[in-house]
Amino acid sequence: MKFTRKDFISLKDVSSGEINYILKVAETMKHVIAQKNKRAAILNGKSVITLFGNTLSRNKISYDLAAGYLGANVVEMKLGDEGGDLGNLIDLGRIIDQMGGDFIIIRHPMSGSAKLLAESALACVINAGDGINENPTQSLLDLLTIKEQKGGFKNLKVSIIGDVMHSRVARSNIWALTTLGARVSVIGPPTLIPDFIDSLGVKIFYNAYEGVESADVILSLKLQPERQYGSLMPSTNEYRNLFKIDSEMLSYAKPDVIVMHPGPINRGIEISSQIIGTKNCLIDDQITNGVAVRMALLYLLSMGGNPINEAFN
Amino acid sequence: MRLLIKNASVFDESGSLDISDIFIDYGEIVEIGPKLNYDIPEYIDAKGKYVFPGLIDVSCKICDPGFEYKEDIATVSKSAIKGGFTTLTASPDTNPVIDDKTVVKYIDNKAKNLSYVNIYQYGGMTKGLNGTQMSEVGQMKQAGVVAISDGGKADYDASLLSNVLKYSTMFDIPVITFCEDKSISGAGVMNKGIISTEVGLRGIPRESEEVVVARNLLLAKYAGARIHITNISTKGSVWLIREAKKNGVKATCDTCPHYFTLTEEDLRGYGTFFKVKPPLRTKEDVEAVIEGIFDGTIDMVSSGHSPETIERKMTDFENAAYGISSLETAFLVSYNCLVLERGMGIMDFLKKLTVNPAKFLNLPEKGGLQVGMSADMFIFDAHAENKIDPSTFASKAKFSPYSGKTVKGKVLGTIVQGRIMYLQEF
Repeated sequence: MKFTRKDFISLKDVSSGEINYILKVAETMKHVIAQKNKRAAILNGKSVITLFGNTLSRNKISYDLAAGYLGANVVEMKLGDEGGDLGNLIDLGRIIDQMGGDFIIIRHPMSGSAKLLAESALACVINAGDGINENPTQSLLDLLTIKEQKGGFKNLKVSIIGDVMHSRVARSNIWALTTLGARVSVIGPPTLIPDFIDSLGVKIFYNAYEGVESADVILSLKLQPERQYGSLMPSTNEYRNLFKIDSEMLSYAKPDVIVMHPGPINRGIEISSQIIGTKNCLIDDQITNGVAVRMALLYLLSMGGNPINEAFN
Repeated sequence: MRLLIKNASVFDESGSLDISDIFIDYGEIVEIGPKLNYDIPEYIDAKGKYVFPGLIDVSCKICDPGFEYKEDIATVSKSAIKGGFTTLTASPDTNPVIDDKTVVKYIDNKAKNLSYVNIYQYGGMTKGLNGTQMSEVGQMKQAGVVAISDGGKADYDASLLSNVLKYSTMFDIPVITFCEDKSISGAGVMNKGIISTEVGLRGIPRESEEVVVARNLLLAKYAGARIHITNISTKGSVWLIREAKKNGVKATCDTCPHYFTLTEEDLRGYGTFFKVKPPLRTKEDVEAVIEGIFDGTIDMVSSGHSPETIERKMTDFENAAYGISSLETAFLVSYNCLVLERGMGIMDFLKKLTVNPAKFLNLPEKGGLQVGMSADMFIFDAHAENKIDPSTFASKAKFSPYSGKTVKGKVLGTIVQGRIMYLQEF
């Protein structure tokens, strides 16, 4: 298999072959993470520039470590200073190219920003979240976790629950999971489910118990701070009553259902504390897998379509 | 509590009139049929009188809690039973507003102790009816509200209503809207037209109602939600709702007796008892409303009971409060207009105040006289001559635009959940 992409922006047009290939490489990367000295110096001499706005999110740390384990230089750039609007992003790509940057990892509040940057830079661009559009690596880490637990994706019943409207993770997961042959349903209040999302091949449920019935996987989404909802939702209190993942809800799913969450969790609102820490809840695995898939992507992109080291194949 | 009503004139399901006995036990209708053989010492002989299913009012103001000086649960429900109503719905514009489950439970408890009738509640669409933050619809539904309502306060933008409509589809609960664009109504106090010009009062144009009706119907269509337009008064509103229904919008609506029995011309004398909102319209509107009632565009007739103190009514027209004491006249004036003058079938007429509201509020055990249903009914003398005298009203609002008018028919007795709540000598 050849991986010929320059950038990794979206899971919309990624084939199931490509996804499985990335996951396979990621599984090998997990061995690197498990070592005492975590170093596979395959990105020696390469530079990774991270653009994450002003946030020091867990996601950014995951990228920093992934690049570091592979021996790359990591430089942080504050988006707030330079890339305030999309116009600046075009120039920013050129500037980073001129300085010899190899990778740009971008999180940006505007949907479509990562694509624009990828089109204007020679460096490889990884989308770490653009607006409410996509967060493809977050989806890959979910996929790796599912694959480890369930062995595959075909006909797997996956229920995505929560604020689907504002979730880029949900969109990436819907694209990937439907490509991989899973049966996906989305659950949430009608005001937080995007119109016509069923046209992407998913089923819509407003009743959580119906939505998770015989589910293999439940993906919980993160709620935005309450004040951002305006009139879309009455309160987190009402959300909790209708959509909180607790043992009662899980009793409707399959006994070996797994629960995942992109973090950080609003405990007791999105997921009951009683679930967190049980064998059904895989949020810890997700964190490790996040580093692994990001290492895999950096490596695959760095090869520019050339064959990769046999150890990873 | 067992009760037998003998020799009553009752319409059966097919609409044919029979002389029947009705046997009631534990608040339910147990048996209906000719000459039932129950040995009960006390019974009501309703010979020569109709027994109709108890009326269900989809639009009235109870004012309790918060505005007990205008009306309270005891007086409003007493007023209801005198008018044949056995079920009322509480509009959320109380104080505190009905906007969370605690208030719902409080009013429920109060009603259990003080009310003569069944009281169901409408949950406020927004917290404090402030028009911005959606209230906890799901929790109020669990606590028992039967619909979501804007409480007659139309000051919210389209995006809020759109979200509430979408959100409500999760619970299959109707959203009730009172339609008025206040930026169009302005300082108006009566219908804008020939009469407002003649008497020199500022007018409220019909568009003030109709633009909001149109907007709300479109938003409901988009959301796939159940919308109810309450208290419609204009020809344009009837037309809009008729067209919306044809186009598959899940719309229902109600009007009040004053919108098909009175017109703006009644305001020539500046009578403040005629000051209602929306305002009394023209003859043309009245004809359109009646046509809408006949052809089914208008699903329900509500009382529109909105009590006010006499002090706020006994003042100049512009300063006077809007409001009408309607529970004790609504059925009578509607019956006289629609059945006696316009020739509507009694069954068709009753549906507007019984079957249709029960269906709308999802109360399958109410709205009819059939075995197994709630024993909510009233005894009606269709032949009595009755002069409307507001001083006899049980409501605290002892005024009426129909004062002194003679109508045919009289409510003689009312039974709520098998208990005689009101009975006159006859």
